[in-house]
Amino acid sequence: MFKTIGLMKGTALAGAALVLGLGLTGAFAQNTVKIGAVYPLSGNAASAGASAKAAIEVAVDVINNAHPELGDLTLAKDAGLPNLNGAKVEVVFADNQGTPAAGQNQTLRLITEEKVHAVLGSYQSGITLTASAIAEKYGIPFLSPESVAANLTERGFKWFFRTTPIASDIAKIYMEFLKEMKANGTKVDQIAIVNENTEYGTSIAKVIREAAQANGLNIGLEIPYSANTTDVQSQVLQLKDKNPDCIIFVSYTSDAILYMKTMQALGYKPPILIGDNSGFSDAAFLKSVGSIAQGAINRSAWSAGKPGSVTDRLNEMYKKKTGYDLDDSAGRAMQGFFTMVDAINRAGSTDPNKILTALKATDLKPNQLMMGYRGVKFDEKGNNILASALLIQIQGSDYVAVWPKDSATAPLQMPYKGW
Amino acid sequence: MSMSLLQVLIGGLMLGAVYALFSSGLTLIWGMMNVVNFAHGDFVMIAMYVAFMVWKLFGGGPFMAMPIAAMLLATLGIIAYFSLVRHVMKGPMLAQILGTFGLALLLRYGMFWTFGANFQSLPENLVGGTYDLWGIRIQASRLLAGTLAIVLTIALHLMLTRTSLGSKMLAVAEDSTAAQLMGIRPDRMQAIAWGLAAGLTGIAGALIATFFYISPTVGETLAIIAFVTVSLGGFGSITGALVAGLLIGVIESLSGYLIGAVYKDIVVYTIFIAVLWFRPQGLMGKN
Repeated sequence: MFKTIGLMKGTALAGAALVLGLGLTGAFAQNTVKIGAVYPLSGNAASAGASAKAAIEVAVDVINNAHPELGDLTLAKDAGLPNLNGAKVEVVFADNQGTPAAGQNQTLRLITEEKVHAVLGSYQSGITLTASAIAEKYGIPFLSPESVAANLTERGFKWFFRTTPIASDIAKIYMEFLKEMKANGTKVDQIAIVNENTEYGTSIAKVIREAAQANGLNIGLEIPYSANTTDVQSQVLQLKDKNPDCIIFVSYTSDAILYMKTMQALGYKPPILIGDNSGFSDAAFLKSVGSIAQGAINRSAWSAGKPGSVTDRLNEMYKKKTGYDLDDSAGRAMQGFFTMVDAINRAGSTDPNKILTALKATDLKPNQLMMGYRGVKFDEKGNNILASALLIQIQGSDYVAVWPKDSATAPLQMPYKGW
Repeated sequence: MSMSLLQVLIGGLMLGAVYALFSSGLTLIWGMMNVVNFAHGDFVMIAMYVAFMVWKLFGGGPFMAMPIAAMLLATLGIIAYFSLVRHVMKGPMLAQILGTFGLALLLRYGMFWTFGANFQSLPENLVGGTYDLWGIRIQASRLLAGTLAIVLTIALHLMLTRTSLGSKMLAVAEDSTAAQLMGIRPDRMQAIAWGLAAGLTGIAGALIATFFYISPTVGETLAIIAFVTVSLGGFGSITGALVAGLLIGVIESLSGYLIGAVYKDIVVYTIFIAVLWFRPQGLMGKN
């Protein structure tokens, strides 16, 4: 169920690709575009990986079949890719097993054996780091829809792109929010950061620390910890001792759940609790500990919107498949996939160099997207300069948009309520 | 500050009791019967899902889940013994390792298949909430798990040292051919040990599920601690595993609190290696 092996249509495809690559279009119809997707389908982040996989599968349905009801959404209207004679998209999923080494091996397999035309992935920043290095080596376009660690785009890579808001965007949102709270009279004298210690947590913590310094806010306590821990009592007690005005958690799902459970058990709640996406965005988090994490603030660029809207329809398609509402992480995976396929369509070819040129020329408008970004346009490093996010808060059994005010759907509830 | 330190100590002891509880089945199989069971963590994981289903279907807490999980897991243990372990035991050690590791993967991915990758969780107050004793917070669910860990350890210890069944099992572990000559059926004793051990993991899983998250990979997360607990406690010592579990829990909590969460594993494993350096038989193991 969780491990889909793609169909092998390699040989016919390779021939067609070659012909198209030489510019001899026409008589030969391109039948499939193959995209590799490296996600954590097993291991401790498997719930996030399974969600991303389901979201990408919904996108494949949208692209391969005619969906005129989805309006301006990229490639929804017609069946297949119009510029490649209606070619269908096929995704080959690979399991990164939650380890950088497996992510690297699987990317290698996708490129050399499955002969994919582009690669998408890999959820955990630390794994995107190694997986994208393989794509770079082989000259295959790699798009990360959700990895936010700052240094991913500081390596001078030619083939790496990402659509997500990155660490610095995120830190900026938190700082602006906290500054506004402070201006309104809420005490924000001391901020604590609790982060897991792989690429993702370390990078976000560093950027938040720098942003806080630049904004005159004080980080009083930093607690890095090893992900997938069995116990977090000592961390929660450290927090309890220092009693900061705001805690920012940078954690994957399993740890995020343990923190919420342990905080409740030890009877501790900070006035402001921010959970940075990933673990806190996982639908399983909301379901299992949402009731004891009331008022937790998170970032997101996803909103299902009004009934009947494009986003609502996509959410329904996703819900039909998984039983859950689409969450921000899975939504970003879907948006990344649409962006990559759109570039391949505009390239009118599966030649890597042509896809690269098309990716660089990407300029998607908000009405073509399903995420709430201001658009998709890459800078020379491969970051999406139009990525954005807003703050959401757990109120009842769902997240609602609370900040900034012009995009809020419910008033912000302060302080953090917990249970 | 001192209040927090006391809370850390108590939290550490209760965590340690959970580690001991988690290891209880492994102590018998690996510590006493000398069979490596890499599927141990996944047995506990299955028991946690049993507890989850008992709550979901009947709204029952651990007192309902424990007997059900113990029976189901004991059955699973006996099936695993007759269909797999009995055969791989005849081969080299590597066969045991790979065989039980294969079983672990089968169980883990079977649960992925059945329940999906999502994290599940039992409601927080299934076991009477949290007590506040002069500012020290004690979770009822952890207290129950810790108490039962001690009770089960003593019961298992008494069973092995004071009953004829226990003596027979130990005889088989010591020298199965000699035991056979004495009229003991090694096969039956091993099967009973597997059933008993798996039943214990059933109880452990049903208890741990009340305060931990449940996912197909949770066994993987906790299993390494079980192996460390058993070898630190000493092979052949049931009470050793309890002492080792408590020790690891306290060291982990104290070092996490005083030095930092990233370093707690370093401290635990440094002490572990140091102990095995000077006492390779473990804290309470026989020479």
